[in-house]
Amino acid sequence: MNLLVLAAERENPLIPPIPELVIGLIAFVIVFGFLAKKLLPNINKVLDERREAIEGGIEKAEAAQTEAQSVLEQYKAQLAEARHEAARLRQEALEQGTALKEELRAEGQRQREEIIAAGHAQIEADRKAASQALRQDVGKLATDLAGKLVGESLEDHARQSRTIDRFLDELEAKAEAAR
Amino acid sequence: MSDPTQVLAFETDCHIFDGCGFPGPGLHSFLFEPLWGDPEGNAYFNKPMLLALLGSLVIVGFFWAAFRKPKVVPGKLQMVAEAGYDFVRRGIVYETLGKKEGEKYVPFMVALFFFVWMLNLWSIIPVAQFPVTSIIAYPAILAAIVYLTWMSVTFKRHGLVGGFKNITGYDKSLGAILPMVMVIEFFSNVIVRPFTHAVRLFANMFAGHTLLLLFTIASWYLLNGIGIAYAGVSFVMVIVMTAFELFIQAVQAYVFVLLACSFIQGALAEHH
Repeated sequence: MNLLVLAAERENPLIPPIPELVIGLIAFVIVFGFLAKKLLPNINKVLDERREAIEGGIEKAEAAQTEAQSVLEQYKAQLAEARHEAARLRQEALEQGTALKEELRAEGQRQREEIIAAGHAQIEADRKAASQALRQDVGKLATDLAGKLVGESLEDHARQSRTIDRFLDELEAKAEAAR
Repeated sequence: MSDPTQVLAFETDCHIFDGCGFPGPGLHSFLFEPLWGDPEGNAYFNKPMLLALLGSLVIVGFFWAAFRKPKVVPGKLQMVAEAGYDFVRRGIVYETLGKKEGEKYVPFMVALFFFVWMLNLWSIIPVAQFPVTSIIAYPAILAAIVYLTWMSVTFKRHGLVGGFKNITGYDKSLGAILPMVMVIEFFSNVIVRPFTHAVRLFANMFAGHTLLLLFTIASWYLLNGIGIAYAGVSFVMVIVMTAFELFIQAVQAYVFVLLACSFIQGALAEHH
């Protein structure tokens, strides 16, 4: 049969022939059946798994981050504590040093004063000894000189009368007063 | 198959200046001698039917290869198939129906999209070179399935009276013009909607195939004498129209599924 004749017979292209409707339906149902019953549920399952895997990964990462954060906090706290401790130790050392210095200074002062005092006492003692010796010598010299001048020994007399001593005491007192 | 007219749908030995007229494409270009059976009766099998079933096999085969043993870390094929699946699921169904309401219709819409697209694609696949959707029966049966789906959804969701109100756009605030609106809405939704849904796809594919035929036949017909120059131009148009058809095929499949979704969305929507 010629196609042109066939076309003339089926004038309206908008009227669907039944067999083609049936084949169209079958063809679509095949596609729909496979996709809806088997293939799309398959892929949906895998897509869900993938989403879970990704979410699991995110959760893991979040947990790791939280842990890292807590460790960081811990380190920071420890560091702060150590710093605090160091500051405290430094302060303590400073205080101890100051106290020590103070003590040493006081000790030095005391020792110096002791030395000075000892020196003074020594000087005083020496002076007294010297003065004693000098007095005796001067008295002897004076009586000797006077005895030579008078021609007789005045020594015993003078010694008994203590005149020279008195004289010398006076001289000394004068010197004291004048000083 | 011995007669070339059955394969090429035009006279192969006819050229310009040979004294034969231009064998332009027409309705006869969309009719096929059955490969098997009698065209007068209802038991026959022709090329579009073969292409429709082959299209099913291609789609099922592709998704079978991609999704039979899907992996959490996808291979190349699975990734491509997932992109297609996701395009329909997110790009069309979730966009119109939302994730909660739409989930149920995802398999239907995915099947619909790839089925229509495949039947359209036959248009430019060598040897096949015929868009199955340019035969009204195929868009018609798909539109009918969509029609039955959204109709049943309407009455299941809203009950008999509520469903009728939904279909007729019942709205008290319209007052006196309400009866008129109801008649128009009823006519538009119940009668015109499935018809335009099917014809939109059919007519696009029909026109596209006719244009391709026109330029292809012209390229051959003009291949004589001075006509050769024009044949070149015509052949360039064949290439351009083929690329354009490739675009239109995808767009029409998208539109068909988008409309199906929007019908269901309208069926689910609450009316005041």
